[in-house]
Amino acid sequence: MKGQVQEQPLRPMPAARPLAAAERAKVLEVIVRLRALPGALLPVLHGVQDALGYVPPGAVTLIASELNLTRAEVHGVITFYHYFRSTKPGKQVLQLCRAEACQSLGATALEAHVKQKLGVDFHGTTADGRYTLEPVYCLGNCACGPSLMLDGELHGRVDAESFDELVGGAS
Amino acid sequence: MSVRIYVPQDAIALSLGAGAVAKAIVAEAERRGVQIQLVRNGSRGVFSLEPLVEVETAGGRVAYGPVKARDIPGLFDAGFLDGGKHALGHGLTAEIPYLKQQERLTFARVGITDPLSLDDYLAHEGYRGLKNALALSGAEIVQAVTDSGLRGRGGAAFPAGIKWKTVHATESAQKYIVCNADEGDSGTFSDRMIMEGDPFVLIEGMTIAGMAVGATQGYIYLRCEYPHAHRTLNAAIAAAYESKHLGADVLGSGRRFDLEVRLGAGAYICGEETSLLESLEGKRGQIRPKPPLPAIKGLFGQPTVINNVITFASVPIVMDRGAAFYKEYGTGRSRGTLPFQLTGNIKHGGLVEKAFGITLRELLYDYGGGSYSGRPIRAVQVGGPLGAYIPAAQFDAPMDYEEFAKIGGMVGHGGIVVFDDTVDMAAQARYAMEFCATESCGKCTPCRIGSTRGVEVIDRLVAGQQPVKQEAVLRDLCETMTHGSLCALGGLTPSPVLSALNHFPEDFKRPRVVAAA
Repeated sequence: MKGQVQEQPLRPMPAARPLAAAERAKVLEVIVRLRALPGALLPVLHGVQDALGYVPPGAVTLIASELNLTRAEVHGVITFYHYFRSTKPGKQVLQLCRAEACQSLGATALEAHVKQKLGVDFHGTTADGRYTLEPVYCLGNCACGPSLMLDGELHGRVDAESFDELVGGAS
Repeated sequence: MSVRIYVPQDAIALSLGAGAVAKAIVAEAERRGVQIQLVRNGSRGVFSLEPLVEVETAGGRVAYGPVKARDIPGLFDAGFLDGGKHALGHGLTAEIPYLKQQERLTFARVGITDPLSLDDYLAHEGYRGLKNALALSGAEIVQAVTDSGLRGRGGAAFPAGIKWKTVHATESAQKYIVCNADEGDSGTFSDRMIMEGDPFVLIEGMTIAGMAVGATQGYIYLRCEYPHAHRTLNAAIAAAYESKHLGADVLGSGRRFDLEVRLGAGAYICGEETSLLESLEGKRGQIRPKPPLPAIKGLFGQPTVINNVITFASVPIVMDRGAAFYKEYGTGRSRGTLPFQLTGNIKHGGLVEKAFGITLRELLYDYGGGSYSGRPIRAVQVGGPLGAYIPAAQFDAPMDYEEFAKIGGMVGHGGIVVFDDTVDMAAQARYAMEFCATESCGKCTPCRIGSTRGVEVIDRLVAGQQPVKQEAVLRDLCETMTHGSLCALGGLTPSPVLSALNHFPEDFKRPRVVAAA
């Protein structure tokens, strides 16, 4: 990476396909439950991502019209926040900390190992569809790094060996 | 009689295996037919001892740590239920020097009580501050907070009382209390530990703020990277409603205060107060120019008190023991205590709450015990990713907002990240620019463009391409970002960059090493 600017990953929103009936029902359920909240858009997007694992591009029009927003506003919010994703993730989401405290304990080397072991870069999903790798800037476990979070479970003092143990036979 | 055993539920303890330890204790007790009562407390904050298991004995709580699940049968054999001797034993928890020498005001209950037991909270002086506050006028509460000298613990250190006074004095039918729990700085976790270890103290502090300024609605804006804290807060808020500590008639006062947790979505910039307000309104987290101040036009355009978790969590003790008690601690204009967080490459990482005025050296060596790797400490970054790198020569600086600023540092949120002598400070400087580029909200040009150009300039400088010229460009760019950015992200990114360059110039002049593969 040295000697060149690391490209900010461009993640254009995939073309919107119409939502399947089941997905549409879930999105509507979330909207109906949360729409009365002041500033409802973030809670709705969280709700949709919790239910489906991502915010399908096909849901943007529906969310916009139900919340009386423009599609551009909804699209703008989804793409502003690192946490929201527009593509279906793997079975488990693996967030690897890239922040300073973890760096001081070898996070950069761990990052290289993880990418090599899983065969993906950040935001990528393993070929077997098991893991999606995401960078994260601080998990609040800064005295016990390097840290990662696997589906909401925090792991500290991670090294190459314990990582391999954690993901088992994945490659 | 059943023995009470404490195993932390804190995310840090869990990340080191506390969940498995708790399970093993329950299973082993069952196997032996022993009656136990397992309490999942917060963390005491001595992470080299986590998972820390405590047993309540007649003489006090006895500590064992770091305990692994496989140690449990041995602990039972050693009679740990009666505080028996074991290689992992540390005697009475309260006598562990790391804890004994601290001045825990805000963290008084963390690690001691069951975080979700309101009875425990009440038995440990909880809600006494709110009861006192309810007997006072709003202006009197604001005066007490002002007199205590409490300043914003999020980083900017603005006097809390002055902010509250502005909101109190601004007429409006609707006002808001917003808690900034978007603790995004690397090297910090004190907000998380309070929220997981003593959530009621935050709820109480926000309720007092509501009573002080006449606000009826509060929001806790929590980062989504903290799922454990999210669950604990929601459970604590439900318990507070149930017991009438929240809702339409707070403790029978006839006054309303409602509270809700909202999740962020992984944007560092939303820790900046105006971005946070935008995000709460359901928008992109882009910063707002100030003025108007949030105290006058904040959330949904209404007067809003927005403070950090630790600021609110420090209010109950001010209202309970009085402003004078709190002000006794500290030095200069930095009154009270700060929960310092010892992190990164440190042997005894953890949370150290001390009065302002303690030096970095005391924190790093007396508490921290030096580096985790055993190598010399070369640099520490204080105050998060926007804080300066401090070289060993300046470790005697006292941690006091004004004094520390004199050496170009920023106490900030009290996070201290330690690096040993293997650190490449040019790489850290580059990372600071890269981080700014990733997290910039895009509103202002110096931050949005300057950070990307900064990465490129540092790369050329390190590569030895016209280094004198590159350094001049880098310094000029930093000046533009410092003075031309709208908020602290662009405005303070030059701080780690320039401190690295000024204190560790040799790292920027290395001959370029070509990677092997």
